Amino acid sequence: MSTVEAKPHKVAHHFDSAEQEVAASKLGIWLFLCTEILMFGGLFVGYAIYKRMYPEIFLQGSTFLDWKLGALNTVVLLVSSLTMALSIYYAQKGQSSKSTSCLWLTLLCGFIFMGVKYIEYSHKLHLGLAPGAFFSYTETATLQGLPLYFSFYYCMTGLHGSHVLAGMVLIFWLIIRSHKKHFGPSYYTPLECVGLFWHLVDLIWIYLFPLLYLVE
Amino acid sequence: MLYLLINSAEAAWLPVAATDLAKEVDQLIYFLLEISVLASILVIGGFVYFSIRFRRKSEADKPPAITHHYLLEFLWSFIPFVIFMFVFGWGWLVYDKMRDHPKNALEIHVYGQMWNWDFVYKNGRKSSRVLTVPVDKPVKLIMSSRDVIHSFFIPSFRIKQDVLPGSYTALSFTARKKGKFPVFCAEFCGAGHSSMLATVHVMGLREWEEWLVKDPYKGMSISQIGESVFQKSCTACHTATQEKRIGPGLAGLFGAKREFEKGGSLVVDENYIRESILNPSARVVKGYGNMMTPFAGLLQEEEMTGLIEYIKSLKIEQKDK
Amino acid sequence: MSVNYLNEKKGLTSWLFTLDHKRIGILYMITVFTFFLVGGVFALLMRLELFGAGETFIPASVYNQFMTFHGAIMVFMVIIPGIPAFLGNFFLPLQIGAKDVAFPRVNLLSWYCLIVGSIVALCSLFFNGVDTGWTFYTPYSIRTDNGTLWVVLGAFIMGFSSILTGLNFIVTVHTLRAKGMGFFQLPLFVWSLYSTAIIQVLATPVLAITLLLLSAERIMGIGIFDPKLGGDPVLFQHFFWFYSHPAVYIMILPAMGVISELITTFSRKTIFGYKAIAFSSVGIAAVSFFVWGHHMFVSGQSEWVGVLFSFLTMLVGVPTAIKVFNWVATMYQGSIKFDTPMLYANGFLFLFVIGGVTGIMLATLAFDVHVHDTYFVVAHFHYVMVGGTLMAITGGLYYWLPKMFGRMYNEFWGRISFFLIFVGFNVTFFPQFILGFMGMPRRYHDYVPAYEPLNQLSTFGSWMIGLGFVVVFFVVLQALFKGEKASSNPWGAVTLEWQTDSPPPHENFHKTPVVGKNPYEYS
Repeated sequence: MSTVEAKPHKVAHHFDSAEQEVAASKLGIWLFLCTEILMFGGLFVGYAIYKRMYPEIFLQGSTFLDWKLGALNTVVLLVSSLTMALSIYYAQKGQSSKSTSCLWLTLLCGFIFMGVKYIEYSHKLHLGLAPGAFFSYTETATLQGLPLYFSFYYCMTGLHGSHVLAGMVLIFWLIIRSHKKHFGPSYYTPLECVGLFWHLVDLIWIYLFPLLYLVE
Repeated sequence: MLYLLINSAEAAWLPVAATDLAKEVDQLIYFLLEISVLASILVIGGFVYFSIRFRRKSEADKPPAITHHYLLEFLWSFIPFVIFMFVFGWGWLVYDKMRDHPKNALEIHVYGQMWNWDFVYKNGRKSSRVLTVPVDKPVKLIMSSRDVIHSFFIPSFRIKQDVLPGSYTALSFTARKKGKFPVFCAEFCGAGHSSMLATVHVMGLREWEEWLVKDPYKGMSISQIGESVFQKSCTACHTATQEKRIGPGLAGLFGAKREFEKGGSLVVDENYIRESILNPSARVVKGYGNMMTPFAGLLQEEEMTGLIEYIKSLKIEQKDK
Repeated sequence: MSVNYLNEKKGLTSWLFTLDHKRIGILYMITVFTFFLVGGVFALLMRLELFGAGETFIPASVYNQFMTFHGAIMVFMVIIPGIPAFLGNFFLPLQIGAKDVAFPRVNLLSWYCLIVGSIVALCSLFFNGVDTGWTFYTPYSIRTDNGTLWVVLGAFIMGFSSILTGLNFIVTVHTLRAKGMGFFQLPLFVWSLYSTAIIQVLATPVLAITLLLLSAERIMGIGIFDPKLGGDPVLFQHFFWFYSHPAVYIMILPAMGVISELITTFSRKTIFGYKAIAFSSVGIAAVSFFVWGHHMFVSGQSEWVGVLFSFLTMLVGVPTAIKVFNWVATMYQGSIKFDTPMLYANGFLFLFVIGGVTGIMLATLAFDVHVHDTYFVVAHFHYVMVGGTLMAITGGLYYWLPKMFGRMYNEFWGRISFFLIFVGFNVTFFPQFILGFMGMPRRYHDYVPAYEPLNQLSTFGSWMIGLGFVVVFFVVLQALFKGEKASSNPWGAVTLEWQTDSPPPHENFHKTPVVGKNPYEYS
C-alpha cells in the first residue's frame, strides 16, 4: 500500500513493531485521561458536598450566569469534537489537506470558546463577583455565603479553561506536523491521542455546564 | 511553664487511669500488646531459626522447590483475619462508649485558641488553663476553636477529640480519681503547640460547687487581677521580662517606642495596649508575625484594666552586676 | 571494559538529556540520596533539640520548620521516588527483558518534574520557610504567614513526576514484556511496581487538585477549606488522606517487591506462594483507597464512618500478613547466605513485623484514640517507612550495585553499616512507642520532664543511624572507584537482569531474551 506521508514514521528503537508502539501510546493516553478524570473528580466531589450543605447559595449564584453564553460554548465544543474526529477520519483515508483544515476548525472553536469565557469572566469581575475573599458585589442583596459559589465557579471553569488552552497548543502542534505531511493511513497516533484528550475536555464541559449554569 | 504534670507518668508507662473507661481502654491495650508480642516472637523467631538452621553449607546445596501449600496459606490468612476482626470488634465496643454522651451530664464549654484553653461554666464562671470538674459526675465538654484546629487530649482519661473552628465537637468523661491531670494539645497548631497545656483538676462535689461560685478576683488589687489574667492567658507567647517568646516580652513596654510592620511608630500607651489585645493585627510590631488571636469579647472590663495596669507595672530589671 | 550504558556516551549533557532508563535511574539515585542527606540532617537536628526538655538550641518556630522540611523532603523527594523511580526505572525493563520503558522522553520529563518541583519547594526558604508539617492541615496552612505556597506548588509539580513514572510502568509492563513472559512469569518486584503504579496514577491526581485548591486558598482566599468563609477544614483532611494513605503504599509496596527478590536469591529457593504475593500486592493497592479515614478517628467524623474505616483497615492487614508469612516460608529448607543484602532483608522483616502489628493496634478504634497524634504514631510509621522502605532501598542498592556499576562493594563494611543502622534504628524509635503510651504528642518542640530519659535514648540512637548511613556512603564510593570487578551474576540469581553484562549495554541485552519458565526456578 502506498502511503501519502512525506516522511514515513520510524518506530522507536525499543519497540519491536509499529503495532506494539500504537498499543503503548493508546494505553498511555487512556491512563492519562484517568488521572484527569480523578483530578476533576476532586472538584466535583467538593461541589457535591457544598451544594448539599448550602443549596440556596448555588441556586442564587447560578442566576448571575448567562445560560445562553454557556449553551453557546457547549455547542462550540461539541462542533470542535466533531471536527477533531473528522480530522482523524480524513487522515486515515489519506486526505491530508482535509484533515489539516479540520484541525484548523477545531482550533478556531477553541478560540471562540476562550473568547466567550473571557467575556463572561471580565463581566463578572467588573461587577465584583470575584472568588472568596475578593468578592465585592453589592448591587443587590446576596446571601452571605455567595462567594463560595464563585470560588467553585472560578476553580472549575478555570481548571477546565487551562485544559482547553493546553489542548489548543497541542492542536497547533498537530497542525504544524500535519502541514509537513507527517500523518497518513499508516501513522496517525498523535492525532488520535490529542483527539481523545480533546474529547475529554469537551465531556467535562458537558458536566460543568448544567452543574454551574442550570442549577434548579 | 512545666508546672503541670502533677501526678502523671510517675513511671515510664501509661499514665494513671482516672476513669472507668480508661481502665477498659487499658485492658484492650494490654491484650493488643500481648498478642502482638506473641505474633512478633512467632514470626521473628521463625525466620531467625530458619536463618540458622538452613544456612548455606556448601555452594552445591540444592534446596527443594516448594511453591505453595494451600492449607498453610489458608491458615495464615484466616487466623490473622479472625484476630483482626476480634480486636476490631473490641475496639469498636469501647469506642462506642467513648462516643456515648450521657444526657444528665454537666456541660462545660471549651475554647481552644493559639495557644491557650478557656473553659466556660454554665453559671458564667470562666477559667483558663485549669478545667475544674467534680469527681464521680459525668461531664460533657462542648468544644470549639477560635482559630485553627486543636485537639483536646487527656492522657489519664485515654480520650482525645479534635477541636474545630466553625463547629462543635464533644468529649465526655466521668472522673473517678481526685487530683490534677495534664491536658495536651495533640493537633499541630504552630509555634506554641507544645506549650498549649492545661490541667484537669478533679475535686469533691462540694468543693467544686464552692469553687464555682467563688469570685476569682476577690480581694485582689487591679494589678493583681491583671497578673492572674496574664498567667492564665498570655504566657504561651509572652514573658513578664524582656525575653522574646513567640511575641515580645512585656517588661519596659509601656512608654517605649515601637515601630510597626506596616510602617509608622508610636510610644506605647494604654490605647495601644488595649488595641493590641482586642485587635492585634491592626498594628504588628516590626520583627513579629501576625500570630495573635484577637481577644475582643473575651475579657471583662476589670480584666482588661487589670492587664493594662499590670503591663504598666512591668519594669526592666536592673542587671545585678 | 566493553561498551556499556555508562561509557557509551560522555559528558554532562549526555546524562542530562539521556533517554536511557538506566541513566535516568542513576539520575534519580543521585537526586534521592542528596535529598536523603538533607532530610536526614534535619532529622538529626530535631532529635538534638529534643535531647532535653525546654529549649535546647532552637526556638519552636525554627523547630517546626525543621520538622516540616524533614517530613516533606523525606516523603515527596526520598521515599516516594526512592524505589520506583530509582531501582524501578533501572530494573523494571531489565527484569521483563525490554530495551527501555515505553515512553523514554516522558521518563526523562518526570525526573525534571521532580527537580523543578524541589527547586520551587526550596524557594520557600526565601519567604520565611514553612511550618505547617508535611500534611498542610487547614486552616493553619491558610493562616500561617510564610512560604507555604511554594512548598505546596512544589509538591504539586513533584506529583506529576510520580504520575508519569507510574503511567510509564503500567504501559511498559503491559506492552513490552519479552516473548514468553506472561503476567505470572513477572518477577515479584515488577508486580509490586505495577501495583504501586496503579496507586500513583489513580491517587496522585487527587493530591494535585487538593494542593491546587490550597494554593488558590492562599492566593485568592476561595474559602473552600476556610471556616471563616463558610468552608470545611476537615474536608481538606479527607482529600489529603485520600491521596496520602495510598501514598503510604506507594512507599512500602515496592519495598516488599525488593524483599521478595532478596529473599529468594539468598535462600536460593523459589518463592513460596508466588501468586499469593502477587495478588496481595494488587489487593493492598485496591483496598488502600478505602482506608484514609483511619487518620481521622478523632477529627469529628461520625462514629459509623470511623467504624467502617477501622474495619477496612483491618482488611489491609490480611494481605500484608500473607506476604510476611510467605517470605518466612521461602526461607524454610533454603540455602541461606548472609551477604549484606540478605541482612537488610532480614532487618526489614524484623522491623516490618513490629511496624505491622503496631499498625493493627492503631487501626483498633479505642486504642487509636489514646495514641493518635502521639509519638506512638511517629514510631509506627518510622518502623514501616524507615525500617521497611529505607532498609529495602539500602538492601536493594547493595544487591544491584554490581549490576549497575559492574563492581562489588566491601562485604565487611557493608555488614557493619547494617548493624549500625539496625541497632541505631531500634534505639531511636522503640522508646518512642513508650513515649506515645505515656501521652507525649507528636510535633512537640518541648515536653514535660518525665519524658526526658526516653527522648535522650532516642537521640543517641539517631546518631547511630547517622553513622550507619555515613558508612553506607563510603562503602558505595569505595565500590564505585576501587571495587572488584563484578561478574554478570555474582549472587547466582535467576531473574533476567542477571543474564546480561554488568553493567548492561545500552539496549540491555545483546540478544532479546525469550522466557520459557517461571521467574524463580533454581535448578
